[in-house]
Amino acid sequence: MMADIVERLAGGVPRRSMLLLAALFVALLAAPWIFNDYLVTVLIVILYLAFTGQAWNVMMGFAGQLSLGNALYAGLGAYIAAALFTRFGIGPWLGFLAAMPVAAACGAAIGFLAFRFGVAGVYFAILTIACAEFARIGFDHLDVFNASAGLFLPVAQYAHNDLWHLRGDPTMFYYVILAATVVAFVLCRMLLKSRVGFYWLAIREDEQAARAAGIDSFRYKMYAVTISAAITSFAGVFYAFFYNNLFPEQVFNISRSIEMMLGPIIGGIGTLFGPILGAFVLTGLAETLDTAMGAFGLDLPGAKQVLYGICLLIVVVALPEGIWPWLSRRLGLTGAWR
Amino acid sequence: MAFDVYLNVAVAGILTGLVYGLMALGLSVIFGVVRVVNFAHGEMMSIAMYLAVVLFSGFHLDPLIMLIPIAVVLFVFGYALQAGLINPFITRPEYSQFLLLVAIAIIIVNTLLIIFGPDARTVQTSYAYDSFQLGVLIVDASKLYAGAAAILFAALLFAFFRFTPVGKAVRACADNYTGALVVGLDVNRLYALTFGIGAACVGAAGVMMTLIVDVTPMIGPTYTLLAFVIVITGGLGSMPGALLGGILIGLTEAFAGLLFTPSAKSMFAFAILVLVLLLRPQGILGQRAT
Repeated sequence: MMADIVERLAGGVPRRSMLLLAALFVALLAAPWIFNDYLVTVLIVILYLAFTGQAWNVMMGFAGQLSLGNALYAGLGAYIAAALFTRFGIGPWLGFLAAMPVAAACGAAIGFLAFRFGVAGVYFAILTIACAEFARIGFDHLDVFNASAGLFLPVAQYAHNDLWHLRGDPTMFYYVILAATVVAFVLCRMLLKSRVGFYWLAIREDEQAARAAGIDSFRYKMYAVTISAAITSFAGVFYAFFYNNLFPEQVFNISRSIEMMLGPIIGGIGTLFGPILGAFVLTGLAETLDTAMGAFGLDLPGAKQVLYGICLLIVVVALPEGIWPWLSRRLGLTGAWR
Repeated sequence: MAFDVYLNVAVAGILTGLVYGLMALGLSVIFGVVRVVNFAHGEMMSIAMYLAVVLFSGFHLDPLIMLIPIAVVLFVFGYALQAGLINPFITRPEYSQFLLLVAIAIIIVNTLLIIFGPDARTVQTSYAYDSFQLGVLIVDASKLYAGAAAILFAALLFAFFRFTPVGKAVRACADNYTGALVVGLDVNRLYALTFGIGAACVGAAGVMMTLIVDVTPMIGPTYTLLAFVIVITGGLGSMPGALLGGILIGLTEAFAGLLFTPSAKSMFAFAILVLVLLLRPQGILGQRAT
């Protein structure tokens, strides 16, 4: 049974890819012993974006549905888990069990309305933005969640790491998000190798042809939206307990949605490794720019973002497929970059 | 509340909505012809707003006089952007175009932030507090001028697309790309021209917007979203639809501000968008894509 699953997941992957993956995993496991707390925090941000990027990739990269509002699902996860914790003392894991169905239902509702009424492409993308913005302004006026004043989680000094309540030092959070990223990676690989995954790719490539071949495209697109929303909601729970404060203006901001999708697009859309690589490249770039600016004594608000924007521009102009497809060819992993 | 309050709010909403409509018209023209969704639309508008603010505070040039010159500057900017950067992307997938324009938007917002700082700037015209009274109706002079200028600019644009040879050529590109190539139209140049025209629209709208609201570097994304809402409500690619959508959203915002709370006003605009997408995905005046 176990061997079967491993065989299905790892089957057909070149040895070099497996080695690369294993090396990366070991390096990530060892990272907290090597790096200081600041760098661990940077790694947490990277893995957070890799995780949310992986979830976004399910919707866009696999099933071809462009969502620009994934911050909605993360925001719902964050707010529900945080409210349960602050009001009733319910821990984040149980909170996640409560938040996930809500986020998934929300994704399913948007998907249902969009796919039933033929809202596709750019229109679908803008519908997702609209729903996220609607939630942002709505939460700004919802007193249950402290409205625009923000929802704060009690921060106390904990003598030891409390994994059950997600209270502790960055290293604990690092391992939680690392585990989540690994789970998401394996889950996506499983999905991609399953019947559903093949149907998604067929729908992405040519929906009419897929339907002609007998694929119930409505149903499988619904799966994609729901799964993506459910995965993203965990990122929200993590966000709430890591940052300890939530403002609708930040959590549901369209910039959050954009951040989630930049990784997979830059890394390589529809690839499993793209979201991870993209998150490393983008966050690494932002941090390098920060350090460089500091080193040159430049303290100009906005200068870093301008350079960041220029780098994005260069990547998207030079590598239309993303970095990973190009890099994997360079590494001799031809055909294996999925 | 009395009837005259509603009437005043409605007129103010329509006048602001006309300026919104002109802004959205730019987005609609660009999408209708070039088939690229300009995710940097509001950011382009903020460039025009800052130009108006600088020209006013530095040289005391009234925004209404600078309307055409600033629109021309934005035209050149849009033309160059399309010809230099966006053109290779017209055949690429939507997410790729999206990323390109998001990158452009990030650069614009933060360049403005570097130059002007985060504080809100404003234009204090001599007629800022003037108003006209017509029976129970009291109309802000600034809003009236802005609305009238928006109508004028939109009318010029309609005339351009309907009657001039170049305008007809642009419409030909929009109707049938291959056909336009076959009859020997320089499609790339016409695309750049169209993007320029779209930029000029949003530039003109931005100049008039300085009469109504303050400008900060962060205003861009908000107006990009608003332009989407308007254009989709009216019908993406439909010029009268953009104006109508602008008026509708202007009215919605005005009444939401009056009846509920001003900070929640865009929630109602988004609610309208969701309703329109579900009931009539092609927009009120849009035509169903085949």
